[in-house]
Amino acid sequence: MATLIDIQNLAKSYTRGKQKVEVLHHVDLTIAEGDFLALMGPSGSGKTTLLNLIGGLDAPSAGSISVGGQRIDQLGGGALAKWRASNVGFIFQFYNLMPMLSAQRNVELPLLLTKLSAAQRKKNASIALQLVGLADRASHKPSELSGGQQQRVAIARAIVSDPALLVCDEPTGDLDRQSAEDVLGLLQQLNRDHGKTIVMVTHDPKAAEYASHTLHLDKGALVEQGAFA
Amino acid sequence: MKYLHLIWAALFRRKTRTVLTLVSIIAAFLLFGMLDAVRTAFDSGSQGIVGVDRLVTSSRYSIIQPLPESLGARIATIPGVRDVGHANWFGGIYQDPKNFVFSYAVSPNYLDLYPEIHLSAEQRKAFDGNRTGAVIGDKLAQKYGWKVGDKIPLQSTIFPLKNGSKTWTFDIEGIYTVDKDAANGLDQLFMLHWKYFDEANAFGNGTVGWYVDRLTDPALGDRVAHAIDALSANSDHETKTQTEQAFSASFAKQLGDIGLIVGSIMGAVFFTLILLTANTMAQAVRERTSELAVLKTIGFSSRSVLALVLAESVLLLLIGGVIGLGLAAVLAPAIGKGSGGMINLPPVGAGSWAMGVGLMVLIGLVVGALPAWRAMRLNIVDALAGR
Repeated sequence: MATLIDIQNLAKSYTRGKQKVEVLHHVDLTIAEGDFLALMGPSGSGKTTLLNLIGGLDAPSAGSISVGGQRIDQLGGGALAKWRASNVGFIFQFYNLMPMLSAQRNVELPLLLTKLSAAQRKKNASIALQLVGLADRASHKPSELSGGQQQRVAIARAIVSDPALLVCDEPTGDLDRQSAEDVLGLLQQLNRDHGKTIVMVTHDPKAAEYASHTLHLDKGALVEQGAFA
Repeated sequence: MKYLHLIWAALFRRKTRTVLTLVSIIAAFLLFGMLDAVRTAFDSGSQGIVGVDRLVTSSRYSIIQPLPESLGARIATIPGVRDVGHANWFGGIYQDPKNFVFSYAVSPNYLDLYPEIHLSAEQRKAFDGNRTGAVIGDKLAQKYGWKVGDKIPLQSTIFPLKNGSKTWTFDIEGIYTVDKDAANGLDQLFMLHWKYFDEANAFGNGTVGWYVDRLTDPALGDRVAHAIDALSANSDHETKTQTEQAFSASFAKQLGDIGLIVGSIMGAVFFTLILLTANTMAQAVRERTSELAVLKTIGFSSRSVLALVLAESVLLLLIGGVIGLGLAAVLAPAIGKGSGGMINLPPVGAGSWAMGVGLMVLIGLVVGALPAWRAMRLNIVDALAGR
């Protein structure tokens, strides 16, 4: 399978006050198209930082990141925002939906950045909601939905613009077991049936079992690579 | 337009806070509309085409300084002057001090100087023939229900009769109408004979308050004004001749600089409004930090986020401001009606609307600038992590 993500000698450090904190160092990683990768590791190991760098939310201190052949570490703020809009879908632990918008409107958000007509945006959002099994909740606001349903709306928002890559930060961290399984099953379905490449950060070994590969990070470095299924 | 629902939803995320802020904005722009109408009313004493062929000559030092009646005949000899009339402030009160009647004691030809005043020949004849007669504007007649033939007692605020009484009695001999474009308030005047006024009042000494000089050609205004003022140069009654509009403005300035008063009040109101609305916007954006970070995450550029926040604050000002000015537009005529014509506020005009909308956009941009700048500079990773 072709490589989608190619990370070379990646390093990331932050300055907190007068202290420089090395969060990631010398990370080399390739992720194939259609892969479902779980990133695990203790708190502070750099999982979310790596995920943010892969998703173009943050810039590395050193090294390179190519996604689909594009060196995203070389993109400026505006270009990176455009790149994210068309190439990456984001799923967060706490869903991060707009509380004042309906599920439908939340899912439509990324499409506002496209040239689609209002009718086409609505149609695409409806399809995405259908895909996650929430077509009948389109007019509901997040506060009227359960945690699992909110996360499924967030997944619909992540896939509505049909990105090749989904990055998920603890997507089941705030869900009960049943809801978590539903969400993970949905991600697996998106990976298997729709060919989405997924990179997921999780603390939960059971969640990691849904992925095709697991990587462990510790103190900012990759320490182990395992494979499931 | 496709972002409107997003901006709208953000605006009404906290309904109570937004409504309370809107009420403040509405109140501020209602006040702006009313005060600007007051300013306009004072500024528009006799603007426009009507009255351009009239000059007003008054004392150079103060409008309350009288001028000799004999000056009228000398003014009439100046080339370019078609006719000269004169008037004196009477200042009448009808029954109650709150019923103030704008009343002038006028020369016999005074009405001829105002072609925009229409009085029937029969009523004019009756007025000319009755020493204690008076003619009044139709709005004034409506206000007090006066009609031709009524005997009206007016108490002068300044001039007592020779017997010491301040109550004068006049016979309404005519009710006139005015053209639509006539100066504000002309249809609410009470005009009595200067001759009777001068003879009957305790201070009568053959003086007048001001002269109205009708020109043969409006283009001669400057030259004629200089010539009139030259007649009294170095005398004890030096004059100042000016256009009717300038005279009205200087008359209004006797009350104070209305523009400055209105400007000062509005400055204070808008300053308070800016502080209040800026606080609202700052709070609204601060509590939406993670949502704004999500927008940036899914691909909204920093500039788009800046524009969204600015649009939100401008929309807030526009909603409140348009409602406030709209209320002022409705209330100004209603106040006029309610006061029975005592207070005449012109409707909120295109100029006030244009200035109002300009202020709404400007204040919106000012109060939105800092939160929008912060939203634009928001670091996604820090904001999502709640730092």
